[in-house]
Amino acid sequence: MRIVRLLAFGWLFQMKMLMRSSFNSWLGVLYPLFFATVAFFMFRSGGGGKPLLYASLGAAVMGIWSNTATPAGSAMARERWTGTLELQVAAPVHFALVLLPLTIAMATIGIYSMVATLLWGWLAFGIQLQITDPVAFVLAVPATIVSIGALGFVLAVLFVRFRQAWALGNMLEYPVWLIAGFLVPLSLFPSWVRPISWLLAPTWGIRAIRGAALAGPSYGDIGMALGLGASYVLIGVLLVHRALDAARDKGTLSLT
Amino acid sequence: MNSVRVFFVGGLISYRALFSWLNPWVYIPSFLVAPVFQILLFVYIGRSAKLQSDSFYVIGNGLQYAAIPCLFAMANTIAGERYQQTLGYILITPARRLPLFLGRALPVVTNGFFVSVFALVVGGAIVGTHIAAASYAPIILVIAVSAFACTGLGLINAGLGLIARETAVLSNIFFGALLILSGANVPVHNLPAWLRPVSEGVPLTHGIAAARHLAAGSSFGSVLGLVGAEALIGLVYAALGYSLIRGTETLSRRRATLERA
Repeated sequence: MRIVRLLAFGWLFQMKMLMRSSFNSWLGVLYPLFFATVAFFMFRSGGGGKPLLYASLGAAVMGIWSNTATPAGSAMARERWTGTLELQVAAPVHFALVLLPLTIAMATIGIYSMVATLLWGWLAFGIQLQITDPVAFVLAVPATIVSIGALGFVLAVLFVRFRQAWALGNMLEYPVWLIAGFLVPLSLFPSWVRPISWLLAPTWGIRAIRGAALAGPSYGDIGMALGLGASYVLIGVLLVHRALDAARDKGTLSLT
Repeated sequence: MNSVRVFFVGGLISYRALFSWLNPWVYIPSFLVAPVFQILLFVYIGRSAKLQSDSFYVIGNGLQYAAIPCLFAMANTIAGERYQQTLGYILITPARRLPLFLGRALPVVTNGFFVSVFALVVGGAIVGTHIAAASYAPIILVIAVSAFACTGLGLINAGLGLIARETAVLSNIFFGALLILSGANVPVHNLPAWLRPVSEGVPLTHGIAAARHLAAGSSFGSVLGLVGAEALIGLVYAALGYSLIRGTETLSRRRATLERA
């Protein structure tokens, strides 16, 4: 119960903090809209035969990843800059329980981006949101957000030793947009790319959301997204110990 | 002579001091890896949407990505003075303003040019697009003109950065707008009629069109009009940007908001 409370309040607190930043809040909503608009024009003008809703849903989930990749990369660096990292590490709770709500809050901001993209698609391009399986859709969206937040958690831990981690997080924005199949079917990629895509929770998240909207039940994909998300959390928890121990040994925890 | 020194040496020192992205941990992911993946993203979306050839997206995005160094660096090297608490010292110096501010644009143009060439060469090699050897030199010239034009918009961005706090937000918005309007991924004739005149008036649109013509085998003479239009747009934006910087300088003195961050 204490852990659930910590995660819930941590998430709420971080949401409030993120919403105060124009970079993390309304740019996070606006920036993916530019890419969505380009995608809408491309799919509308092209002869690919895919429904525009295909592009709209893909662009909507792009926003969730966009809101997570760069901020998550620099999550711990930001705590360093504000001088709160040592306090959080010294707190009696496991550090992962402090960091996880932060990256999930970042992904949650993506809901605004997702809604804005779907609304923009409807208002400017006449893309109607028709959902074949509403229950699966309602389950797929939070599952995608949590799993993307968990991926952000791993990034935050992996990049802890890098001072300019935001750039590494930012670098991963396009590759995940590309190989997770947000706007491109995986079948178009070389065969060696597909196993990498399958290891990414966003791949299953967009499959689940798109499946629920366009095809029908997609509970298997929801399960895969959540399962991969849980794996990321486990990896992150194991890595965070090593990262913190190394930083303590070398006295580099607060090194900026 | 002093103005020449301020233009070249001052510009270079400001760039090295204020554009913190020159660190390899930022430079490589942001300027060398990201543009290649932007090219790949739109090449594959293009294949999925069946809209244009691969070379259309390689050239479009290779040139459009110059917007990242040109917009962000220009904002950092001028508006960044405020964050470093050095803007006041800069503005009370007797140095002439024109070389002081425009000198900072030269390294920005150079880096924008390099990033664009790198993206075009590496992105093109990965995707497998072919450009005739005779077209390389004129395309390189077009990239230089495009980087200059985009830096003109960067100067406007820097001017706005003297009155707005979040220069990164502004830069991203300009970048996103160029992604739609420059014709990098959507042919200008596929844009809504009311957007086309806007597209014609932003940097990169004519440069990208010229580079595509050259890659398709056209002579440099046949795209001279496009290159001239790109250069003219760059000059207009640079003049507007410089005026805006001077205007915001005056405004910030009058309202005592010079160091407000």
